[in-house]
Amino acid sequence: MKNIDAALHTRGESEYADDLPQPAEMLYAAVYGSPEAHGKVLKLDFSEANKVPGVAAVLTAKDIPGENQIGPIIQDEPLLAKEEVHFAGQPLAVVIASSPQTARKGVGFITAEFEELPIITDPKVAYAKGEIIGTPRTLAIGDVDAAWDKCDLVVEGTCDMGGQEHVYLETHRARAIPLEGNVIRIHASTQSPYACQRAAAKILGVRHHRIEVDVKRIGGGFGGKEDQATPIACMAALGAWYTGKPVELVLNRSEDMRMTGKRHPYISDFKIGATKDGKILAFEVNHYQNSGATADLSTAVLERTLYHSTNSYFIPNARISGACCRTNLPSNTAFRGFGGPQGMFVIECALEKIAEALNKPKEEIQQKNLLKKGDLFPFGQRFQNNHVQRAWKNTLSSYDIEGIRNRIDRFNSEHFGTKKGYAVMPVCFGISFTTTFMNQASALVHVYTDGSVSVTTGGIEMGQGLSTNIVKIATKAFGISSERIKLESTNTTRIANMSPSAASSTTLLNGNATVLAIKQILSRLKSFAVEELNLPDKDSFTISEEKILHNGKDTGMTWNDLVHKAYLSRIGLSAHAFFATPDIWFDKKKERGEPFAYHVVGTAIVEVTLDCLSGTYDIDSVKIVHDLGRPLNRRIDMGQIEGGLAQGLGWVTLEDLQYDEKGQLLSNALANYKVPDVYFMPDDIQVKFLTNADSELGPYGSKAVGEPPLMYGIGAFFALRHAMKAFRPDLEFPPTSPLTPERVLMSLHPEFLEEIKELEFPSHTLTEETV
Amino acid sequence: MSISTQFILNDQDIQTNFHPGILILDFLRQNEKLMGTKEGCREGDCGACTVIIGELANGKVTYKPVTSCLMPLGELHGKHLVTIEGLNLPELSPVQEAIVEEGATQCGFCTPGIVVSLTASLMEKGSEISRDSVMRALSGHLCRCTGYRSLIASETHLLNAVDNATGTDALLEKGFLPGYFRKIAERLNKIPSSSKPDGVVEDFLIAGGTDLYIQENKAIPDSPVTILNLRQELKEITRKNGYISVGALTSFEEFASHSDILEIIPEIEEYMFLIASWQIRNRATIGGNIINASPIGDMTILLLAMNAHLVLQNGIGTRTVPLTSFYKGYKQLDKTNSEVLTEILIPVPAKKTRIHFDKVSKRKCLDIASVNLAVRVEEEDGFIEEVGLAAGGIAPIPLHLKKTCSFLKGQIVSREIMEDAIAVMQEEISPITDIRGSREYKRLLARQLVIKSFIRLFPKRLSAEEFYEKY
Repeated sequence: MKNIDAALHTRGESEYADDLPQPAEMLYAAVYGSPEAHGKVLKLDFSEANKVPGVAAVLTAKDIPGENQIGPIIQDEPLLAKEEVHFAGQPLAVVIASSPQTARKGVGFITAEFEELPIITDPKVAYAKGEIIGTPRTLAIGDVDAAWDKCDLVVEGTCDMGGQEHVYLETHRARAIPLEGNVIRIHASTQSPYACQRAAAKILGVRHHRIEVDVKRIGGGFGGKEDQATPIACMAALGAWYTGKPVELVLNRSEDMRMTGKRHPYISDFKIGATKDGKILAFEVNHYQNSGATADLSTAVLERTLYHSTNSYFIPNARISGACCRTNLPSNTAFRGFGGPQGMFVIECALEKIAEALNKPKEEIQQKNLLKKGDLFPFGQRFQNNHVQRAWKNTLSSYDIEGIRNRIDRFNSEHFGTKKGYAVMPVCFGISFTTTFMNQASALVHVYTDGSVSVTTGGIEMGQGLSTNIVKIATKAFGISSERIKLESTNTTRIANMSPSAASSTTLLNGNATVLAIKQILSRLKSFAVEELNLPDKDSFTISEEKILHNGKDTGMTWNDLVHKAYLSRIGLSAHAFFATPDIWFDKKKERGEPFAYHVVGTAIVEVTLDCLSGTYDIDSVKIVHDLGRPLNRRIDMGQIEGGLAQGLGWVTLEDLQYDEKGQLLSNALANYKVPDVYFMPDDIQVKFLTNADSELGPYGSKAVGEPPLMYGIGAFFALRHAMKAFRPDLEFPPTSPLTPERVLMSLHPEFLEEIKELEFPSHTLTEETV
Repeated sequence: MSISTQFILNDQDIQTNFHPGILILDFLRQNEKLMGTKEGCREGDCGACTVIIGELANGKVTYKPVTSCLMPLGELHGKHLVTIEGLNLPELSPVQEAIVEEGATQCGFCTPGIVVSLTASLMEKGSEISRDSVMRALSGHLCRCTGYRSLIASETHLLNAVDNATGTDALLEKGFLPGYFRKIAERLNKIPSSSKPDGVVEDFLIAGGTDLYIQENKAIPDSPVTILNLRQELKEITRKNGYISVGALTSFEEFASHSDILEIIPEIEEYMFLIASWQIRNRATIGGNIINASPIGDMTILLLAMNAHLVLQNGIGTRTVPLTSFYKGYKQLDKTNSEVLTEILIPVPAKKTRIHFDKVSKRKCLDIASVNLAVRVEEEDGFIEEVGLAAGGIAPIPLHLKKTCSFLKGQIVSREIMEDAIAVMQEEISPITDIRGSREYKRLLARQLVIKSFIRLFPKRLSAEEFYEKY
C-alpha cells in the first residue's frame, strides 16, 4: 500500500497548521527571546514595540492568567521568563500584530537589561557545581569492582559527543482560535497534542476540556516536537485568549534553531576490561548529559542512554551511571533514538579501544560479546531471543565481510593519500516508552451506514507513515477495502490523554487500539449476522473482500448490507478502545525491571573513502540486515530505515552544533549547520530483513522501526577512524564526534599544526560573520 | 515608489503595485494564498520554496527553477511564475507519480518544491533523464525524512513515462503539463517592458539577491530598491580582443554553460557542483559575487586566479580595474557609490594554461567554503612561466596570493619549491576562527589545498608521498 498522503504531498495540497484557510482578522505572533544566556532581568521595555502600527499587544509573564509553568516531568520551565533567563533565546515576550512582519518588527523594538550571571555550557562544569537535574542514576550488574582484577587488559577514555539539530523541514508553528464558551482550539505542529492541551489549560487557568488540540499532520518532528511544540502552542493560545482573535505563531528557521532544544551533547568517561582473547568482563561509564536549561525530557533521555549503554553486548559486570547536567543552553530534548545513540556510541568507542590494544579487528571483539538468548541487561531484563546473533551473522556472511576487509586492505596498501575504512555496527534498541505509564493509547472507530469508516487515533502523522499503517491495519481488521477507510485528524476531543507519538511505538500502540475497537464493532456485527442469517456460531463469521463469510463460505451478504441492516436493527456501529502494553514494569528504587516489550535488532556495515590530504570523505556504502518482524508496509519501513540512517550518518559526521562560551548558538542557520544532502548519502544502500522475527505484540506481527536504524549511522564514525588509522597508524585519535572534515584533517596532520602554531602572524578580526 | 509589476502567475495575469523588493515566497503565501510553496529556511538552502520562472526570449519561453525566498517580486515583470499549483493536472504528473510509487515522500513538507525542480529538469529541452540529472534537480533540496535514495529512484519512472521527450513542447504534447503553457509566450509578449531605472541611487541594488536577501531581508521591503536584473544587456558573454567579456548580471548557470567559458575553464561544471545548487546557480550572478566581497566567494576566487578585470560605470564614463586590486579591506571596494559593475573581463589564457579550483567545506557540496583555492598556471616542463593563485577564507578579502605567485613564477616545480611557496603563503594569509573552522585549521587546509592542486596539475613532478615522508 502506498502512503495515503503521497498524492496530496506531491500536489502541494497537504495542509499543515498554517496552510489552513486563514480566518478573517487573524493576528500573528512573534517571540522576543532573551539575548543573554543567563541573567537576572532588570528591565524589559516594550513601550516602543507597542507603538509600531499594527501591533495589537505585547504579552509577558504578567499577562498569563493561569500558572506560568510548562515543565512536562519536572516543573521547572516557565512559558515566559520573568525574573531570570537561563538560555539565549528563552522567550520573554510575545508580540501580537496584524502580520508576521509587523510582529517581528515589534520584537525588534523590545529592549531588556540583565544582571549577568555565570554562564555554563559544559556539562562537566555543571556537574561539578552541583547543577544537576533530577537525581543521578546508576544501573549495575555483577561486581564491577572485583572484575577489574580478572581482566588481562583495562583501558579508559572519554567520549565527547555533539548534539544535533532536528531540522524538521516544517519549523515550529501553531494557530489558536478562540471559540464560544472560553474554548480555544489549537492547530499545532506537535507530536504530543495532550501535552499542548495540558500546558495551555494550565497557562490559561482553565480545565483541560476548554482546550482542543487538533493535528492533521506535521512536517517532520524527529522528537523535536514531542515536548517543545508545547510552548509554541501555549504562546499562540495566550495570544488568542488575550486578544479574542485567532493568533498564529510560526517560528522562522533562525528563531527555531535559536529557541528550541536539540539532541543532548554528552561527555562520557568509560573504563573497560577484557580478557586477552577479547571477552569483556567489566565496563564502567559515567555519562554527563548536557541537558540545557530545564528538565524537559532530559531525565527520560538519560534513562534510555543507561539502558542502551551496553548496546548489543552482554557484559557480566557493569556499572552504568549518568547525570542530567543543567547548562545555559536551550533545553535539549527528544531526538530519534532518545539517548540511545549516545549510550551505544560510548560502548562502541570502548570496544574499538580494546580491539586496538589487542591488535584485532574490532568486529572480532564485537562478535565475541554479542547478546544471546537469556542474557541479562544491566537493568535486569533478559534478552528474549537470538536475533542479535542472527542479524550479525547474516550481515557478515551475506555482505561478505572477508571480501570487504581484503578489498579495503588491498586498496589501502596501494594508495597513499586516499584510504578506505569500514566498520560493523550492531544495534539493539528497546521498544516501549521507558516511562511505563505512557505505554497506552486509544482509538475511535465509526462505521457509517454506507459502510464507510472513520478512524481516529491518538497518534500523529509526521512522515513516519502512521496514517497509512493505521489504514492498513483497519483494512485488514475489517476485511474491507482501504478506500472505505478515512483517517481523521488527531484531536483531543475525540481521543483523550494520548501519549506523544514517540519511542517508535506509535503504530504499535495506536494500531493495537484500532484493532481492539474494530473487534468490538465486528463482534456486534457478527452477533447480529447470526440472527439475521440464521446461522450458528458468531466466531465462524469472517469478512473478506467486503463479503460476509461463514466458515469461509460466502453467505451472499455484503459489507454494505450487513452495516445497513445492523443500523436499522439499532446495533452500535462505533467503538472506542484502549490498549496498554502488557508485562512491562520498572522499579526505579531498585533500578530493576522489564521496561521493554521487545528489542529491535540489526547490523550494518559502513564503508568510507577518505581523502587524507584534505580531510574530506565519502560514505561509500551502508549494508544492513534489519529486524522488522513481519513488515506491515515495506515501502514505508524502508523509508524509515533510510531516513533514520541519514540522520545517524549526519550526527557523527557533518552536523556540527556549535555554541560559544556565552551560550550563543553559532550554527544558527542552514547555511552553517549542514544536514545530509543528496550528494552526501552513499550511492550504495542495501537493506535485508531478518526473517522469522515476528513480534507477538505488534499489529500483525510488525515491529517498531522509527528509531533503531538511526544508530547504524554511528558506524560511519568508526569506518572513518579505520581509514584515518590506515593513513596514520602511529597516532591515536580522540573519540570526539562529529568527525567533521576539520577534525579529521587536524587529527591527521598534527605536525603541521605545531608548525602553524609557531607562526605568529597578526590575525585580523572580522566584525561580523560573513557568507 | 510604486512601480507596477506585471506578470503571469500560473494561468493568471497579475498586475501589482506591491513593493518590488518583497519576496516572491511571501507574495505567494500571504497574498495569493498559494500554500503549496513552503518556507523551510528563507536562505536558499532547503529548496522547499522552489518555483519555476519562465522568461521570454526570441519568442520562446525558457523555464528554470529558483528559490522564491531569495527573489524579489519586482523581477517578475514580464515573466511567468509557476508554482506547484500551476503544475497540477487532474491526474498525477509523471514526476508526482514517480514520487508516490517510490514512497519518496514522508512528511511531505519538502515534496512540492522537489516536484517543481524535477519538473523543471524535464522542461529543459534536450535534457537527458539520468541518475545525474535527477540528482542535479535534487541538489538544492533538503529532505530530512527519506535519506534521498527513494527520490533518486524516481529516475526509472521518469525515463519510462517521459522517454527523454524533454522540453516544454514535448511535455505538453504528452499532456504532462497543463495546456495553458501553450499560450504563455503570446501572453508575455503583450506585457510592456518595464521602465528602466537609470542613474537612480537606491538603498539596495538587487542583482541575484542570493546573498543580499540573507543579510538585509528585513530592511529591503521598507527601502527604495533597484532590480538590476531588469537590465538584460548586462547578461551577455562575448569575446573581445584577448578577453572574454562577461556581463555582470550573468548567472552562475549561464556562465558555466557558455561555450567560451567552457573553453577557457574546461572543468567549470565540476566546480559548480561544489559551489551552488541548481536554483541558486540560476539566480546568483558573477557581478554579485564580486561586489558582495565575501572573503570566501567561490567565483571571485576563481576570477582572481584568472586575473579578471572589472569595468565600472557611472553616469559619466567607465574605468577598468584589475580584480586583484579591487578589495581594499573587509567589504571595502575600490568603487564609488555611483559606480555600477557592468562587465568582467577575463583574459583568454594561453593554450598551455591549466586551471584548478578546489574547495573544502563541512558538507562536500553546496556548502560555504572553509577555504577555497584557485590556481592558473602556464608551464613548460615544470617551469612556471605565469601563475595566478587566489584563496578564500584566509583573509578579510578574497585574497590574490601575490607574494606566493611572485615566488613561484620562474621556478621549476618540486616538492622543495612547493614547501617554500607554502611558507610564503603562510605569511600572506591571516585566517580567523569562526563557524567554518579554526584559524589553525584554515592555515593547514590552505597548505593542503595548495599541495593537492599542484599534485593534480603536476602529477609527474609531485606526489603526495614525498610531502609526508615522515608518516
